Amino acid sequence: MSKKDLEIIIATDCGSTTTKAILIEKKGDTYRQTFRGEAPTTVEAPFEDVTKGVLNSITEVEELSGRKILDGERIITPNSGNVGADIYVSTSSAGGGLQMMVAGAVKAMTGESAQRCALGAGAIVMDVLASNDGRADHEKIERIRQLRPDMMLLSGGTDGGTITHVVELAQFLKAADPKPRLGASYKLPVIYAGNNKAHEQIKAILGDRTALIITENLRPTLEKENLMPARHKIHDIFLEHVMQQAPGYPRLMKMVGAPIMPTPAAVGTMTEKFAKANNFNVLAVDIGGATTDVFSVFSGVFNRTVSANLGMSYSISNVMAEAGLANILRWLPFDMDEQDLRNRLKNKMIRPTTIPQTVEDLQIEHAVSREALRLAFDQHKALAVGLKGVQQERSISDAFDQTSSGQSLINVMKLDYVIGSGGILAHSPRRTQSMLMMIDAYQPEGVTRMAVDSIFMMPHLGVLAQISEKAALDVFYNDCLVRLGTCLAPKGLAKEGQLIMEWEVTGSDGSRQAGELRFGDILHVPFAAPKAKLVAKPVKGFDMGAGSGGRIEADIEGGVVGLVLDGRGRPFNLSKDPSKRRDDLNKWYKAMQMYPM
Amino acid sequence: MAHAYTPGLKVMPCTMLRKKRLLPIPGKVLAALDQQVDALDIVAQTELPGKVFSVNVANRLAVGPDEIKNFMLKAEGDAVKKGDIIAENKPLLKWFKTSVEAPVDGTVEAVSLITGQVLLREPPKVLPIKAYVKGKVVEVTPNFGVTVEAEGTFIQGIFGIGGETNGEICVVVASPDEDLQPEAIKETHKGKILIGGKHASLATIKRAIEAGVNAIVVGGIHDRDLRQLLGYDIGVAVTGSEQLGVTVIITEGFGMIPMAEYTFKLLSSRNGEKASVSGATQIRAGVMRPEIIVPGFPKNVTECKKDQGRGWIEPGDPIRIIREPHFGVIGTVKSLPPELTVIGSESHARVLEVTLDGGEVIVVPRANIEVLEK
Repeated sequence: MSKKDLEIIIATDCGSTTTKAILIEKKGDTYRQTFRGEAPTTVEAPFEDVTKGVLNSITEVEELSGRKILDGERIITPNSGNVGADIYVSTSSAGGGLQMMVAGAVKAMTGESAQRCALGAGAIVMDVLASNDGRADHEKIERIRQLRPDMMLLSGGTDGGTITHVVELAQFLKAADPKPRLGASYKLPVIYAGNNKAHEQIKAILGDRTALIITENLRPTLEKENLMPARHKIHDIFLEHVMQQAPGYPRLMKMVGAPIMPTPAAVGTMTEKFAKANNFNVLAVDIGGATTDVFSVFSGVFNRTVSANLGMSYSISNVMAEAGLANILRWLPFDMDEQDLRNRLKNKMIRPTTIPQTVEDLQIEHAVSREALRLAFDQHKALAVGLKGVQQERSISDAFDQTSSGQSLINVMKLDYVIGSGGILAHSPRRTQSMLMMIDAYQPEGVTRMAVDSIFMMPHLGVLAQISEKAALDVFYNDCLVRLGTCLAPKGLAKEGQLIMEWEVTGSDGSRQAGELRFGDILHVPFAAPKAKLVAKPVKGFDMGAGSGGRIEADIEGGVVGLVLDGRGRPFNLSKDPSKRRDDLNKWYKAMQMYPM
Repeated sequence: MAHAYTPGLKVMPCTMLRKKRLLPIPGKVLAALDQQVDALDIVAQTELPGKVFSVNVANRLAVGPDEIKNFMLKAEGDAVKKGDIIAENKPLLKWFKTSVEAPVDGTVEAVSLITGQVLLREPPKVLPIKAYVKGKVVEVTPNFGVTVEAEGTFIQGIFGIGGETNGEICVVVASPDEDLQPEAIKETHKGKILIGGKHASLATIKRAIEAGVNAIVVGGIHDRDLRQLLGYDIGVAVTGSEQLGVTVIITEGFGMIPMAEYTFKLLSSRNGEKASVSGATQIRAGVMRPEIIVPGFPKNVTECKKDQGRGWIEPGDPIRIIREPHFGVIGTVKSLPPELTVIGSESHARVLEVTLDGGEVIVVPRANIEVLEK
């Protein structure tokens, strides 16, 4: 079928607890998401067949839309009148998603490249082994033995370089004799993407013990990273080996019209398409109960990280452990006993499906979420870096501007768009809460547009983008994104109350707003126009992207929140005096109309 | 696990339950189908491959990796004792002689002429699996283990630490809202499973370890005490492998919360009897809760019910509220309004009306209650 024939699309995302189906229909020239249904995922006992949940969720779509999509357990294709769909696509993160272990010769070089490769393919990286990772050899072997990944990515060395380290890693791997997570009877898939000179040795060591796949080196030279061949192999093995072992997936694979993608890989694809279509630098985050995924596209370079134990329910206690209690308490506009907070968070951990009933309890969850988002972002910044180990040519003038290799690609001043998803961001009682949580966690500088993914539709759209980029982007703009508005945050520090910026915004509908921003204040200006022109004149010492005191003109978006002018300065620090800090928080929350008074 | 998480802990006077007792890797099954087993009987056993240690012979002898073959005294497959010389150079002057000793007992696993490393593997370790509960073998999984069926009192806790253990139940408080004090633990409680009431402090748990108590079951503990006891914060609720010398099970949650009266009475009815206890908790997909199993019937029960968790709630059901502002309160479902209701946090949620003991009626999100299964 040619792409122009696509009129009706059914898509599912099989999550670890819920399978969500959406129906997309072509209305005139535009694709729109029209109905959705959901059902519990059925990967585990007593069903042990993922397709049951898929069919249940599609049945709900049938009931709501009046369209007959299923003929028994078969999807009717193509569409005709009020029957059938032109294509069915799906993503999956059920059963724990794709779990990988990666290895590289040097931790900061091939180790990091291998990690980026696996994360970009949608995997959870269980551990990164390297010759210089500080562990004794027997500890490395023990670690490989304990973990039961779905597959392993082995890299190391540049093409033609020394093979000793990568051969050593292969020998450790052989000695550990690791078993795959699913299917005790099959061999662990190992992708070798290292020094091409070591192919024969690697085959000799791992050929009979593992399902070995050899592909191009992911770091052929120090100056070049070549992640796509290994990423494609990861996807192939995900479909051929891992999915085949998961209950019901062989049947699901026959139902779909395009290869099933790991959910995070699909979200990554959608983030990339959106960034490319608009020439934006984008940050997207999905904060769940157990994990937080962060995706970024900066200057066209895509990166993904997953913080496996930062989340709002199963992992809430780990956020406390990693951030420290003081960092959570600092966001609360009231006094709270440390023991009480500890017990509350642990009680959420052991009863993860409970919800805040009071405003106070909601504020505690919002405090935790800021820290989870911040920590996951820190981890992302540490991995989304330029290549390390690259020799740089320097001229004399560069000597005064010493930069090392491996600098983070993330620059919050150049960040154009932030997209949040996950329950705490997508379903906050007030949208102002979602926006300020993201502003506090990421501290964007200059002009930054913000949105939330209303019902976590990005996975469906990412897999659909493989078939029809137009359909995916249409639905993304019209139905997936809930535009919150734009954050305007001058970078710099001053005394409280000092004028730091004059601003004026003119909406596409002719509406006009203007004012002044003073240091230490937050101004919330409701502004719904989808497109607007901003003129901002920061005072000397403050930067909106055009240097200190530089006037800027920019295209911005209004939204359900509007404009948030953040005059708290950058770097933004809360007062160390508890009473002043609480007063400040109450002032800002009031300005944002965050909570009922 | 069909649904990720089903609220409702089982507290059943008597039920039939099945426990899979499987090895992590293949081994030998030692119990036969239909065989009666005791909790401490070993039903399966295997050998875990020993740890691997590497020795960089090339570096130690200052030779190229491919040259080490000329100096090796042991070959792949040879057994070695700790301190045995595995490689040695042959200089003209014996003062320059360098010997490489085996750092562990084991066998030579591999000799690499590319890296110059020798891998030594320690001898395998025996891993036995006990029956854990007294019962009958109803299924044998060849090479891996058995399924044991047992009949008895079954009580789930909400969270635990420490692994499986056994012992006699000993109720050491007079009521479910009494704290378990350190001084209540005597030397005679060694090897027993102590049932406390509301709370156990750090001092109480330390005293239990000192006295050799096998397990403590109480309503709640403070997270701060748990941190001090373990030396770290539990980030994700996956427990069971802690080596504290005692298994701790909490039935209600973190804080000072009286044990549910029904649970306390049921445990009291089995005072003095032998029980199997596990603190292992896993709150993720495949949820696992800590448990207390007492084989046989309580005195007032004549028939054993099948485990028939209902999975839904209806008016009249006893429930426990599991979130602030009414955390720990027990009541009865009055009604289940179908429409979404705006709660205090301004979220729209499905709620239920709960009648408390004093007759007061409150509204609580359905997500914030737990059915007391009996």
